[in-house]
Amino acid sequence: MKIAVCVKHVPEGHSKLDPSTKRLDRSGEGALNHFDANAVEEALRLKGDSDTEVVVVSLGPAKAADSLRKALAMGADRAVLVSDDAAAGSDLVATSKILGKALERESPDLVLFGQQAADADGAVLWAAVAERLRRPVVSQAAELTVDGGSLRVKRQTEFGYDVIESPLPAVVAVSDAINEPRYPSLKGIMGAKKKPFDTLSLGDVGVDAGEAGESGSKTEVLALGDPPSRGDARKIEGDGDAAQAILDFLAEKRLV
Amino acid sequence: MTRASDFPPPFDPRDYVAEPTAPADERIEVGVLIVGAGPAGLACAIRLGQLLGEHPDVAERLGEVPVAVVEKGKQPGSHLLSGAVVNPRALRKLGFRPEDVPNYGEVHEEAVYVLTKRAALRIPPPPTMRNHGNWIMSLSQLGRFLAEQAEEGGAMVLPETAAERLLVSHGRVVGIRTGDKGRNREGEPMGNYEPGSDLVARVTVLAEGTQGHLTGVALDRFGLRSEEPQVWELGVKEVWRVPKAPRHVIHTMGWPLRTSAKYREFGGSFIYPMGDDMLTIGMVVGLDYRDAELSTHDVLQELKTHPKIAKLLRGGERIGWGAKTIPSGGWYSLPSKLHAPGLLLCGDGVGMVNIPRLKGVHYAIESGRLAAESAFAALRRGATPSTALQSYDDGVRNGFIGADLHEVRDMRQVFGRGFFVGGALASAMTVSRGRIDFGKMRAEPDAEQPLLTTNRAASYPAPDGKVTFDKLSSVFASGNKTRDDQPNHIRIERRVPKEVAEMWVNLCPAQVYEIGTEGSDGTVTVNVAASNCVQCGAITAKGGRLTPPEGGSGPEYQLT
Amino acid sequence: MSMLVFLEQHGGELQKGSLGVLAKAASLGSNDVAAVIVGDGAKALAAEAGAYGAAKVFVAEGEALQQALPQPRVDVLAKVVQEHGYETVLLANSVLAADVAAGLAARLDAGLNWDLVDLTGDLVGKRLALQDTVLVDVGWKTTPRIALFRAGSFDATPTGGGEPQVEDVTVELSEHSQQATITGQELEESSGPSIEDADIVVAGGRGLGAAENFSLAEELARALGGAVGATRAVVDAGWYPYSAQIGQTGKVVSPKLYVALGISGAIQHKVGMQSSNVIVSINKDANAPIFEFSDLGVVGDVHEIVPRLTELIKQRKGA
Repeated sequence: MKIAVCVKHVPEGHSKLDPSTKRLDRSGEGALNHFDANAVEEALRLKGDSDTEVVVVSLGPAKAADSLRKALAMGADRAVLVSDDAAAGSDLVATSKILGKALERESPDLVLFGQQAADADGAVLWAAVAERLRRPVVSQAAELTVDGGSLRVKRQTEFGYDVIESPLPAVVAVSDAINEPRYPSLKGIMGAKKKPFDTLSLGDVGVDAGEAGESGSKTEVLALGDPPSRGDARKIEGDGDAAQAILDFLAEKRLV
Repeated sequence: MTRASDFPPPFDPRDYVAEPTAPADERIEVGVLIVGAGPAGLACAIRLGQLLGEHPDVAERLGEVPVAVVEKGKQPGSHLLSGAVVNPRALRKLGFRPEDVPNYGEVHEEAVYVLTKRAALRIPPPPTMRNHGNWIMSLSQLGRFLAEQAEEGGAMVLPETAAERLLVSHGRVVGIRTGDKGRNREGEPMGNYEPGSDLVARVTVLAEGTQGHLTGVALDRFGLRSEEPQVWELGVKEVWRVPKAPRHVIHTMGWPLRTSAKYREFGGSFIYPMGDDMLTIGMVVGLDYRDAELSTHDVLQELKTHPKIAKLLRGGERIGWGAKTIPSGGWYSLPSKLHAPGLLLCGDGVGMVNIPRLKGVHYAIESGRLAAESAFAALRRGATPSTALQSYDDGVRNGFIGADLHEVRDMRQVFGRGFFVGGALASAMTVSRGRIDFGKMRAEPDAEQPLLTTNRAASYPAPDGKVTFDKLSSVFASGNKTRDDQPNHIRIERRVPKEVAEMWVNLCPAQVYEIGTEGSDGTVTVNVAASNCVQCGAITAKGGRLTPPEGGSGPEYQLT
Repeated sequence: MSMLVFLEQHGGELQKGSLGVLAKAASLGSNDVAAVIVGDGAKALAAEAGAYGAAKVFVAEGEALQQALPQPRVDVLAKVVQEHGYETVLLANSVLAADVAAGLAARLDAGLNWDLVDLTGDLVGKRLALQDTVLVDVGWKTTPRIALFRAGSFDATPTGGGEPQVEDVTVELSEHSQQATITGQELEESSGPSIEDADIVVAGGRGLGAAENFSLAEELARALGGAVGATRAVVDAGWYPYSAQIGQTGKVVSPKLYVALGISGAIQHKVGMQSSNVIVSINKDANAPIFEFSDLGVVGDVHEIVPRLTELIKQRKGA
């Protein structure tokens, strides 16, 4: 079986928006998106001791290699980085197209994603990539088993859990409740440097420069500003009527 | 009188020395192991890369990984902090022009002020404070740059890896044992527990920086401590984005520190421009102070309320914060030997700092370079390792590191006599270029200073969240997001007289210590919020002992 | 300015979040606002959609659409958009809707802006980024546009619209939309929602005084139907488990209501809950930083106020 895990290299530390490009300032240090570490871990658990191949795939600048190496250090077998200046600033449509093409090259049985990207507060990439690949998608996986040619997921929703089954090949986005990612061992870290690592351009995956980056994106950032203030903050002092006042406030906001 | 040294921490360095225990096939073998990806460690790795490149025959015999650098921070630079105004001398010897490394320009103008609460008296810069020809840099950025260079030269840099134990076999240092990962607060292994590994090497270079954990262990194990105890300063600094940075490199003395000898408040501040729109401002205070309420963090906040300083920060925004100790014992506190079988000791870890000039980065780099040469010599066919490693000692003491430190050997000690007497003596020493011998003036260990209380805390400003800040906000600004559920890495006596506890509470810039319950006998318990720790090392100077937490913990400095 | 709103339904009920988005779409002035309802009983819900502003409702029923899976809904929406030329598709975020929105974006090669909290009349989306510290104006360069709104962004207030025109939609599902099936379900455990999913979180800090006093937070949470959280300080002190820790090194939550009891509001805690909709804090220190970012700040004693509040809430709910 071949499992591909899509990972992202996200800015470390306190994120900032670059006022000139109005995009996330990715010039500083970065790290493996911690939600993607759950996806890598899940792939490694499914692999176990078998000869299943785990490939980590990423779209990003050259330094995204650091995050891919971390995944290799955890135990992934191979890494593929699609890195091309023309891809900078790609939105969901463009990114899903590029990743879709990169994944097609691999023909994985299972594609895993982490449930969100720490830098974009809820990017829904997996469903878009599944559509590009014309494959079934299951998200919010809190449990995942693979048997023969099909998978079984326990999916968290607002209402409880759904148990979903699907034949492979499929795309699954795992929630961070699914596992606790392993620490790479020192041997793993040192061995990572020797594992196969391919860097591909847009041309290598068959995507036109015009379909990527800002030119290939269908959305744009227009302006940055301050968030609306919380509005009138109210303050009460003293214990006497406080409880009633709080209740009235909650009722007013329709929270009780 | 109450002294922190009367309540030593539950720490025995012998617990951190061990034989390699892993079976041979689980040991990781490297040629030269360097602990610490700071300027010393990386200079060593870079120089080794150069030498091994020129001598592939030696490189071949070192196996798959000829040079490995382990770093306890998230990445190189995460735990690096300095002013910094760097003397480019050592970088040049390593093959780098200062303009080719990350920098904020050459120093052109300087100003030194003596501050009172409201006024600033400009004085001509004392000879030790002239920085012409030096370059302003962020040590954290320099570290990241040097790490890239080291890797390009063939070194393997391993971040998030703590060096917990020194491996010694038959009296020889053979490597380190790395720290475990994935233990909980009680020390129990969790689901993703990963035990540490034995990393063995032909030569181990300890370049851990100030209060280096294994450096301390090694000094004890091999009996290398000098007669003069080491003493430290604590530096706390901030990085600010400002509408317009000053043109000058600025140093101040005097307020908010008190000048009378009985308080022993030695130190001063620095303000360095970082390009046109950033600056760094820091406070350095000797840890031989006596007032239990002295908080370097809050003295820095106080400093920012001075009208002249406030003006520099107006319209600006704090974008970084950090803290680190600086060894200040100088020449007399250097270890008796800087090597042991299989071992070399570099940089701040052994006190290679020139306090009057506030310089140590170039000594660290030079010591790393010299360590590489000696390590390389020890690895050549037919070499006698002990002679080769001794050559390191000679190189340090006979080269410019030794010469500079010797010249200013008594300067720090005299400031124990107060700012004015100290200042006069220091000037006399400078003018004489160290040729007048004032006799070895004994420094006392910082933890042995008797404590007194003077309600000093009343002068600290209440944090306004814009110009002045509280400690937790500062810890946040250091990028620290240490995993909470891990063993406490700080060794400290948990029941002490109230004054000692108060001293620790105020000492720590990261609000790690807190007074718990009060006993009936005047003692209190001390609570430790270990995940706040930015590993500055102050506690080790004043009665506790810092050990490395899980690799990757601690601050994530970017611009310090 | 034609708009199509995806109305999510569960167990025969239209979800309030979706209705809120529909009401918002209707308020933007266009008279060409339509809704899509998918699954069993869709037709019966069409009238309600009219009341919230839909002039037309597309309904798609049938066995293949019975299960709450995203990809068949992408097929339905894609067909409606392509056949009728709708320029903007709006959805309220949910586990299901997020997958629908992204799948639809890829299907139609359409721009998707998500986590929106508002949309202007000239179709500029408002998004709160970086844990709600920056407001970003986002736009679409092409049509159709897909807008995914943060849950609870708009109140579901009926607009007084009349009976909508109802149109049946039959669609041939793509092959890949037919692969996944729901083979079982488990409803929520009775122990209450998890912290991350809860609409209401009651969190306790050191101001509670002692471990035993966490019962105050637990009782209040139970009365409100929420989850219990804790600050790092009390977890460090052993008063509450790490799984409940909220903050920079714990969980990040953004519930509709966050009640902070005896919490000072250090930044490490703030970044874990600052994007909560409504924040109510009780602390006896008038200078506690938490009051700077609370909607209602109460300077008082939690031990006095909370039991009384819990009682009042139980009474109100019982009534």
